[in-house]
Amino acid sequence: MADVLTAENADAARVGAAKRALRDARRRRSARSRTVTLLLALAGCGAFLAALCVGEYTVSVPEVLASLAGYGDDGTDFIVLGLRLPRALTGVLVGVAFGLSGAIFQRMLHNPLASPDIIGISFGASAAAVVAITVFGLGGAVVSGLAFGGALACAVGVYLLAWRRGVGGYRLVLVGVGVGALLSSTISYLLSRADIYAAQQAMVWLTGSLNGVGWPQALVPAAALAVLLPLTAALARPLRGLQFGDDSARGLGVLVEPSRFALVVVGVALTAVATAAAGPLAFVAFLADPIARRLTGGTALAPPALVGALVVLVADFTAQHLMGGVQFPAGVVTGAVGAPYLLWLMARSSRIGRSG
Amino acid sequence: MADHTATPPRGPAAAPPSPRAAGPDAPSGGRPAGAGRVALLVGGLVLLAAALAAVSVLSVCFGARSVPFATVVDALTAYDPADTDQTVVRSLRVPRTLVGVLAGVALGLAGTVMQGVTRNPLADPGILGINAGAALLIVFAINVLGIGSLSGYVWFGFAGAAVATFTVYGIAAMGRDGATPVRLALSGAAVTAALNSVTTAILLTDVEAFDAFRFWQVGALAGRGMDVALPLVPFIAAGALLALLSGRLLNALALGDDIAAGLGQRVGASRIVAGTAVVLLCGAATAAAGPIAFIGLVIPHMARAITGPDYRWVLPYSALLAPVLLLGADVLGRIIAHPSEVQVGVVTAAIGAPVFVALIRRRRLAEL
Repeated sequence: MADVLTAENADAARVGAAKRALRDARRRRSARSRTVTLLLALAGCGAFLAALCVGEYTVSVPEVLASLAGYGDDGTDFIVLGLRLPRALTGVLVGVAFGLSGAIFQRMLHNPLASPDIIGISFGASAAAVVAITVFGLGGAVVSGLAFGGALACAVGVYLLAWRRGVGGYRLVLVGVGVGALLSSTISYLLSRADIYAAQQAMVWLTGSLNGVGWPQALVPAAALAVLLPLTAALARPLRGLQFGDDSARGLGVLVEPSRFALVVVGVALTAVATAAAGPLAFVAFLADPIARRLTGGTALAPPALVGALVVLVADFTAQHLMGGVQFPAGVVTGAVGAPYLLWLMARSSRIGRSG
Repeated sequence: MADHTATPPRGPAAAPPSPRAAGPDAPSGGRPAGAGRVALLVGGLVLLAAALAAVSVLSVCFGARSVPFATVVDALTAYDPADTDQTVVRSLRVPRTLVGVLAGVALGLAGTVMQGVTRNPLADPGILGINAGAALLIVFAINVLGIGSLSGYVWFGFAGAAVATFTVYGIAAMGRDGATPVRLALSGAAVTAALNSVTTAILLTDVEAFDAFRFWQVGALAGRGMDVALPLVPFIAAGALLALLSGRLLNALALGDDIAAGLGQRVGASRIVAGTAVVLLCGAATAAAGPIAFIGLVIPHMARAITGPDYRWVLPYSALLAPVLLLGADVLGRIIAHPSEVQVGVVTAAIGAPVFVALIRRRRLAEL
């Protein structure tokens, strides 16, 4: 009798220990995720401050803070609030938007290559902008507007073409690939036909840049994100379900088609807004989520958004100040900043990376 | 061809487990329609080969200068160097057609192998960093070394493609699991991102390099002479052989790494064989004709839509479908803008994309 009791006790103890271990592991993971998120946010604030301080005329940190708080002198106010703040703010907004849209598409379609760059939406924006620049010789806000329209038109086209009693994730991706290939070769063709200077101008746009961004350009993405961020947060739960595949998602009580539609709409809107503001900053959308997931090991949506913002801020800073006197568009550097970091993370970690 | 696509039974796509299991000794056993299906598929291959021959003839006959068919035949059989028409055929159209066929076969096969190895429908050969590597070294050759001719920088393109691919593979293989599909795809896309940054930086500061680069980048066969075509033959032949023999291996990999290993495949070694094939094929083709992304990406899906998921059929179909599309597009590009021409990369996508989308919509997809 006593033996049985102790055996039962031992079993109970073992089960209890296992439960505790599991709970601890979960807690450690979420603690790690929280720490990483916090660190990313801090790094982002640092990069933001650096963007406000450094330039042709260096402003000290206290002066910047004074200006932000409303106690700066007119000269500093003009430089910090008038010139640098809108640019840095746009960088953050664009980075957040690209990071989130990349995460949405990659997770929803459970494919790490399925960023909006690759499934054709960015090409819609780019093609519209390149037509505007090389064929009609337009510039500035008109190009942005057309790029926005191009992204939306392309997304609607892809969605409708993929629709056959519901949009299977796989079909959506492939249709996006087909449409994207068509548009990208159109872009190459226009570039090869255009006058070389117009082509170069288009090339700068295609690279993505924050040059010449002022308050008017910053307010559009700010307003858009004010709407889109809450929507994204609301969609985080169905997204987590879809990550496991349609059937599992259904099992988890997710309404698959409506959720996917909502996610596509939000993802496309984020991409379109960001692309219109800064051009298709190469690879931010693709890089943000893989980096964030390797850092946190979790599936929260804040880390990719923060990684996106950080990559854009660091890239813009590098392109402006660290390229030996030449002012490059930020998109030149986004790949060079983010990609080696992702490669380093991949080379270092051997555990993660089995599933997309 | 359209008729043919409709005929194969819907079985393979509709019932995913069975064709996947069609491992070592498949098509003849299993399904009752086996023998008929094989005959159909072989018939399809013969049709495609005929189509390729026809397109090649068209490619030699059509161009900016209209050359009578008799003269074309003379140029090939009884060449008279004094006749300008014959010289055009011999020195421009024949090599161009040859490059078209070579590049088509190479890109079609490389794309199929790539998608098989990474088990990713979005993987085109460019995903291994081939286009980015080739582009960077070509831009480097133009910008720093001042090499202006295509035959001069073909080798830089090839070298760049090879180095980029080995880098991608090396980084992907560093983890404990080795180069899993996801790791390959990610590291390829990341290396592409990094290389493209450098390429863009050079292009933005050097107008001349950009001017030369934009014509390479669009993807074209025009102006490729025998000096470009012939050196590629051994590479593409070797790569094609490797790729065509890798059908069984890709079938096994399609089941997942663990099952493939259980079936006795050496997974890591298989990937290296496939990767070598892709570098040989795609490096050579991209260096010569520019990054014609569409072919490598889309042809495998077209082939799969016709044959079902068995790579032993998908591979030969890709190898023939791709050059038919590429050369056909090239001929069309010469006709629609006569006497000028539209680059083949553009026409390929313009014809191929709608066909591709229609194909995806019409059939139940054989997923990877």
